[in-house]
Amino acid sequence: MVEGIQSLAQLTPWLMQGRALFLVIHVLGVVCFAYIVAIRLVPLLRAERDFRFDQPLARLGQVLKFWLGQWKHPRYKTAGTLHILIFSGFILLAIRAFTVLIVGVSYNFVMPGLSGETGHIYEVITDYAATVVFICMVVAIIRRLVFKPARYAVPAQFGKAHTADAVFLLVLIAILMVADSLFEAAKAAGQIHQGQPVEALAVLSLPWMLQIALASASLPTLGNFYFGAYLLHEVTFYFLLCYRPFGIQFHVETSLFNIYFSKLDRHALKPVKWGVSDEHLDQVKSFGVKTFEDFTWKHMLDFYSCADCGRCSDNCPANAVGRPLSPRFISIKARDYAFQHYPVFGQRMFGGPNNGKPLIGNIYSEDEIWSCTTCGACEEECPLLVEYIDKIVDLRRGMVDDGNVPQSLQKPLKALESRGNPYGKLEKKRAEWTKAKEFQQTCDIKVLDGKTNAAETLYFVDSISSYDDRMQSIGRATAKILDHVGESFGILGAAEKDSGNEVRRFGEEMLFMALRDHNVEAIKSSGVKRIVTADPHAYNALKHDYKDVPPVEHISQVVAREVKSGKIKFNPVENANSVYTYHDPCYLGRHNQIYDDPRDVLDAIPGLKRVEMNRSRDRSFCCGGGGLMLFYEPKEEQRIGAKRVQMAAEAGANVLVTACPFCMVNIEDAIKVAGLEGKMTAIDLAELVEKQMVRESQKVA
Amino acid sequence: MEILVCVRRVPDTSENEIELNGAGNDIERDELVYSINEPDNYAVEEAIQIVARVGGKVTVVTVGGEDDEEILRREMAMGANHGVLLSDDAFAGSDGRGIPVILKAFVQKGNYDLILTGVQAEDGGAQVGGMLAAMLDYPFASLVNSIEVLDGRKLKISREIEGGNREISEIDLPCVLSIQTGINEPRYVGMKGIRQVASVPIPTYGASDLGADLNTVGTAAAKVKRVDYFVPVLGKGAEMLNGSREENVEKVLELVAAKGGLK
Repeated sequence: MVEGIQSLAQLTPWLMQGRALFLVIHVLGVVCFAYIVAIRLVPLLRAERDFRFDQPLARLGQVLKFWLGQWKHPRYKTAGTLHILIFSGFILLAIRAFTVLIVGVSYNFVMPGLSGETGHIYEVITDYAATVVFICMVVAIIRRLVFKPARYAVPAQFGKAHTADAVFLLVLIAILMVADSLFEAAKAAGQIHQGQPVEALAVLSLPWMLQIALASASLPTLGNFYFGAYLLHEVTFYFLLCYRPFGIQFHVETSLFNIYFSKLDRHALKPVKWGVSDEHLDQVKSFGVKTFEDFTWKHMLDFYSCADCGRCSDNCPANAVGRPLSPRFISIKARDYAFQHYPVFGQRMFGGPNNGKPLIGNIYSEDEIWSCTTCGACEEECPLLVEYIDKIVDLRRGMVDDGNVPQSLQKPLKALESRGNPYGKLEKKRAEWTKAKEFQQTCDIKVLDGKTNAAETLYFVDSISSYDDRMQSIGRATAKILDHVGESFGILGAAEKDSGNEVRRFGEEMLFMALRDHNVEAIKSSGVKRIVTADPHAYNALKHDYKDVPPVEHISQVVAREVKSGKIKFNPVENANSVYTYHDPCYLGRHNQIYDDPRDVLDAIPGLKRVEMNRSRDRSFCCGGGGLMLFYEPKEEQRIGAKRVQMAAEAGANVLVTACPFCMVNIEDAIKVAGLEGKMTAIDLAELVEKQMVRESQKVA
Repeated sequence: MEILVCVRRVPDTSENEIELNGAGNDIERDELVYSINEPDNYAVEEAIQIVARVGGKVTVVTVGGEDDEEILRREMAMGANHGVLLSDDAFAGSDGRGIPVILKAFVQKGNYDLILTGVQAEDGGAQVGGMLAAMLDYPFASLVNSIEVLDGRKLKISREIEGGNREISEIDLPCVLSIQTGINEPRYVGMKGIRQVASVPIPTYGASDLGADLNTVGTAAAKVKRVDYFVPVLGKGAEMLNGSREENVEKVLELVAAKGGLK
């Protein structure tokens, strides 16, 4: 076809003759893409409401940080670097891609603002960008095929490996880069052939190398390359565009929206139904997510946006010990369901009733959904800000609504309803921990009634520290610290009920509301100005789930402040061989960003040697879960806590400090299970502070 | 199938500390929390599951006072269609014969194919089911741990016998069955469900409504009378082994072998 072409002048009309063909490809590609996207939007339009249209500035900020800034990516060095390079390449190439597409229809088209010198600079940049993206594709393919990072593996219960699909997409992008570069190289080579002035290609870039390779080719051959490369580019571009909405690469299109509409207040749990106040919840017929259409549109967008990178599951403690939960497949399975039930080809679902198939027992199992400790490691890691906790809680709400609750959880829930604590212990014994003889002599704790017994500060103890023999020691240590710093404080005693942090996160919203309303009433009538707790779960509930209560602090914040003020001073540690490490409780760290206060306190103790575990701060590894999770009997290969104490041992620590009574339960248990008894001990930060602080009597001495 | 489940409200053993009162003739009831008798809960769940399979209605009934409405509502939140309270001053203090007399009068007002009770009340003596069946002249099977509805007004039922074996029987309807725990996994009843049935009216029938023979119910007619409560004296406590892990293991093996636990 291109035979006899002697000059670029003749090449040009050739390309122009292709116009009709390219126009057809354009229209076809765009129409197909629009159609597929429209189909993908159908379930979103039938989904539950979700209020994500507020605070445009804050949302743009999210886009700048997490989308354009690729904020989460460096957390995984290799994959993150590759992704940042590819993403930057795509961003840089975006304008060029559109220009190239238009060139097929209008040969002399130049993107406004990109003529002359600017245009030349942009071309040099894009030459390199295409090269970098191409190299990244090669590296990514090698990683997928040769190094096979473990987190990409698909466990048998979740289906077949995704490698072929991933590599196919990588190859397509590589082809796109080669086609683009070849197009440019052939053009430049042709120009040289004819002795025309040539815009120099960027040295060592892919187009540059291809141009050298083509240097000896005849003009007709170059013409073929020129046309062929363009056609290949066109076809690949539109094929990719239309193929992406069928798999993991859809995030190229959805990520911008997913991040713009991402949750701004990460601490707040999703309400049962957006737009329905607590008072009107009674009228809501069905709670939670039971069928796919019960998810909100944003949660569906999450499913579309998941890039299958596996970082969530790589950090998930439940997944790490072989519980039947892998957050990655919460998304993947839901997306597969959506694709299957809202197919692009085949029977349409427009206008028809919801599929109505229950998700539990169909794509999710009960154990899978109960396995989550709500530690938040998955959400912390996700580069696309996919939300998991809200979905898990919504699925649990659905199960609770259907009465589908494991027997092991029914008892504590019933006890919480009738006694206000999961153990079924008597209300009047809630303050009994204060009556321990030696303790009461040194620290007499008031039970507040707002009248004769009033105080500035409320120590909110919560159930476990009130009733559990071992954890009462944390309660007493906390009280002694408050006493030591001269705090006017008291407790609610029998009037206190469980904070309900886990009740809510296990999907029993109405019971949570009853507990919350009771506590809010009791707190208000106690007349306190502020609240202190040593239980991060209570801290979290009081801070984020309760409304209209005085400000709340965790004891580690109080201690850190009083260490600074000089009210708390420490004796040096006695055992010089002790190496301490601090375990971040999920509800103190990840959910409330209190990472430094506990560490500052530890570092203020003279002679205390402290090491960090590999997984610390926002990558902390859950102890196994608190609250109702202590009652749940998961299927697992190993205790989560046992894995955690191993990590502490690997870090070279022999004292594990935590700041949460539930962590203490799990970790002390795990020390025994892991056979580390005598080699490792666990201590609560409050207990350690109480043990080390310099008392009045000592000061005098 | 019309199913009647006889239920009872008892002190919740997992959420109470049971103590004797000062006089020693009853337990201290001031701070007790009550819940449905656990085996009855399994019976209701079974009834709901049967109705889900073959159709029909589930009615729960209890003999008691206003306070007992709470458990009827809980079972209605669970899925029972009706709740009925049988209440009359004259019923108070009925013994294991008095209660079935009252229930029998209620059964005869309706048209039930199947009557279920829990295997026993946690504070009772497993008498009601059998006596009710006898009074109604219905077939009775106790300790039932599976029910299958057959054609021709028959049920295939089983009960666990020694060693985990099961004995399978056929029984004609109408009949009375006492249900063993473990027959199913009762569903959870959440706060939402309870609140949704909170204002459903619960019909209450007294002695005159039922036409019960007052000579056989109440304290006066009771032929079994509670005279005392006995609480065993606390034993000596456990023997603590304070050796090393290996020593303890050896000692435990020795002790178990000495008691015939190892052969």
